[in-house]
Amino acid sequence: MSLTKEESILEVRNLRTSFFTDEGEVKAVDGVDFSIEKGKTLGIVGESGSGKSITSLSILRLLQEPVGRIKEGEVIFKGEDLLKKSKKQMMAIRGNNISMIFQEPMTSLNPTLTCGEQIAESIRIHQKLNKKKAWEKSVEMLKLVGIPSPEKRAKQYPFELSGGMRQRVMIAISLACNPELLIADEPTTALDVTIQAQILELIKKLQEDMGTSLMIITHDLGVVAEMCDKVAVMYCGKVVEYADVKTVFTDPKHPYTIGLLNSVPKHDEDVEGDLAIITGSVPSPFNLPSGCSFAPRCPSAKEICHATLPELAETSDGDKVRCWIYTDQWEKEGEAVSRHE
Amino acid sequence: MFLYIVRRIFQTIPVMIGVTLAVFLMMHLIPGDAAKIMAGENANPEQIEQMRENLGLNEPLYQQYFSFIGNAVQGDLGNSIRTSRAVTSEIFDSRFWITVQLALVGTVLAVIFGLLAGIISATRKYSFADVSLMVIALFGLSMPNFWLGIMLIYLFSVNLGWFPVAGWGTWEHMILPAITLGTAGAAIIARMTRSSMLEVMDQDYIRTAYAKGVSDKLVIYKHGLRNALIPVVTVVGLQFGTLLGGAVITETVFAVNGLGRLVIDSIRAHDFPMVQGTILVCAVLFVVVNTMVDISYRLLNKRIDLN
Ligand SMILES: Nc1ncnc2c1ncn2[C@@H]1O[C@H](COP(=O)(O)OP(=O)(O)O)[C@@H](O)[C@H]1O
Ligand code: SF4
Ligand SMILES: [Mg+2]
Repeated sequence: MSLTKEESILEVRNLRTSFFTDEGEVKAVDGVDFSIEKGKTLGIVGESGSGKSITSLSILRLLQEPVGRIKEGEVIFKGEDLLKKSKKQMMAIRGNNISMIFQEPMTSLNPTLTCGEQIAESIRIHQKLNKKKAWEKSVEMLKLVGIPSPEKRAKQYPFELSGGMRQRVMIAISLACNPELLIADEPTTALDVTIQAQILELIKKLQEDMGTSLMIITHDLGVVAEMCDKVAVMYCGKVVEYADVKTVFTDPKHPYTIGLLNSVPKHDEDVEGDLAIITGSVPSPFNLPSGCSFAPRCPSAKEICHATLPELAETSDGDKVRCWIYTDQWEKEGEAVSRHE
Repeated sequence: MFLYIVRRIFQTIPVMIGVTLAVFLMMHLIPGDAAKIMAGENANPEQIEQMRENLGLNEPLYQQYFSFIGNAVQGDLGNSIRTSRAVTSEIFDSRFWITVQLALVGTVLAVIFGLLAGIISATRKYSFADVSLMVIALFGLSMPNFWLGIMLIYLFSVNLGWFPVAGWGTWEHMILPAITLGTAGAAIIARMTRSSMLEVMDQDYIRTAYAKGVSDKLVIYKHGLRNALIPVVTVVGLQFGTLLGGAVITETVFAVNGLGRLVIDSIRAHDFPMVQGTILVCAVLFVVVNTMVDISYRLLNKRIDLN
C-alpha cells in the first residue's frame, strides 16, 4: 500500500537535522521518512526529545540557523522540494499553504499586538486584503473557532485571554488562509484536560470542513487513536515504525512501540510515569549508540542490534519498521544479549 | 490607566518631601557656621549676625523648614548672595532652558545612535559589525565626560575647525557638548537594546511570526523591536537623570552657562541659597521625568495593567 505521488500532499524523505552546539553535534532528526495523504491525518508520537518538534520546524524551515541546520533529505510538498525553495518562496508558503500551531499558547502570541491584528497579519500578507477587510475576516475566524463575542475579543491582547482561548486564536491564525496542510505540535499538552478535548474536537471539525491535511504531534496515544489515519513512531531522531493507525494498536511491531502501548495506563490502574514498562532512559543525543538506538533498553536485543543500525523496511503487511526482528537476518543471530549501560 | 497616572503623581509627594528635606538640611550640615561662611572672610560680627537674621537661621529648625517649603511652593527660593537677584530668575531666565536643551539633544542623540547600534548588533550577532559596535560602546561607557569633551574639542574644534571651541547660541555650539553628554547613554542603550532584542528574538511568538510568512524585516521591527523596547524605555528615563549630573562637568568643559556651571560657580562663591535652589530644581526635574517615564512604560507595556 505504498502511496502514489498524486495522493500525498507531503512526503518527507531521509530528513536529517542537526544542532551544532559548543558540546558537539546533536543529531535531533536523524533519518525521518513519512508521507501525508491529502485530507488525511498523520500522528507523530514519541517521548520528548525524540525530534518531533524539530522535524516539524524543519518542514517549514523555521530552525534558528546556523546553530540548527538541515543536513540532508527532501521535503516534497505537492511534488516540489521545499528544501530547494528560496527564502521568498518559503515566505509565500508559510501560513498560506502550510500552517503551524505550537505547543505553548501562553508564549506563542505576540504580547504587544491584539489578537485581531495577529490574525489579520497573515491574511494581509497572503490574501492582499486591505486593513478593513482583513480585520473583518479575522473577526470571522474568531467566530469560526468558537470564541464568544469575537468583535470584542479581536481588540484584546493575548494576556486578557485564557490558555484555551489563546490556542483558539492560534488555530484562527493558522487556518485564516485556508492552508492545505496544518502542522499541530502538541497543541493541547499545555492545556487543562477538559479544554484539551474541546481544542482537539475543534481542530478535527475544521480539518474535515476545510479538507485540510493534518500532521499532529502528540505523546498521547488516545489522541492518535481518535484523530489519526497513519502513525509515525519516533525514537532518538528516527522513525522506528510507520503504519496505519489500526495496525499500530492491534499489531505493533517495533519493541519500542509495544513498550509505549503497554505503558498507557489502563482504566483503574495506577501506573507511575509515562513509560513504566520501558526500563532505562533515552540515550544522550551527543552519544547515540552505533547500532539500533533502542538496543540498550530493548528486551529482545541481540549482538547485531548493538553493532548495526537497522533500516526502515517494509514488512509483509505493508507497515514499515526499523528493527532487526523483521529481517531475514534475525533467525541467524544467537540469543538475546542485554547490555544495559 | 487614568487612576494609575493620578496614583503615580501622588506617589511623588513623599519623594519631594525627602528631596526638600535633604536640600534644606544641607545648609545646616555643612561644617562651620553657614552665616559666617556666606558673609565672607572679612565680615565683622554685626554683619554675620545680620546675615544670620536674613537667612532666618535664628528660628527653630522646623519653622525654618516650613517657611522654606512655603516660599518654595510660591516660587520663592530666596536671593542669590552673589548677585542679589532672585534665585528663581537666575535659574529660569536662561540657564535652566540651556541645560534642558542640552540634556534633551543629548538624550535624542543617545536614543538614535543607541537603538541603531543595538539593532544592528542584535541582528548580526557575533559578526564584525556586532563586535566592533560593542567594543565602541564599552569605550563610550568607560570614558569620563571631561576627557571625552576635551578630546572632541581638540579634534573637531582645534584641529579640524568644524565647531566652535566653547560657548552657546547656535546649533554648532550644541553638537559637541551634546555628543559628550549622550555618548555614555548611547552606549548603555546600545547594550540594553542588543541584549533585550536577542532575548526577544528567541521567544516563541517570533517563531509564530515567521511561521505566518512574515518577512525578516517586519519580524525584527514589528514583532521584535516592539517588545524589546519595553525595558529600554526605563533605561532612557534613567539616562536623562544621569545626563543632568553629567551636565555639570560638560558645561564646565565647554563654558556653557547652564545649571551645571551655575552650581559650580555658586559653590565657589559660597552662595548657599543659589546652590540650594539649583539642586532643588534639578531634583524636581528628575522626579518629573522619572514619573513621565513610568507612565509611558505603563502605556507601552499593557500587560502590567492586569495587576
Ligand atoms: N536549539 C537547540 N539546540 C540544541 N539542541 C536542540 C535544540 N533544540 C532541540 N534540540 C535537541 O533536539 C532533540 C529533539 O528535540 P525536539 O524535536 O524538540 O523533541 P520533541 O520530540 O520533544 O519535540 C533534543 O534532543 C534536543 O536536545
Ligand atoms: S533492532 Fe534489535 S534492539 Fe532495536 S528494537 Fe529491534 S530488536 Fe530491539
Ligand atoms: Mg516538542
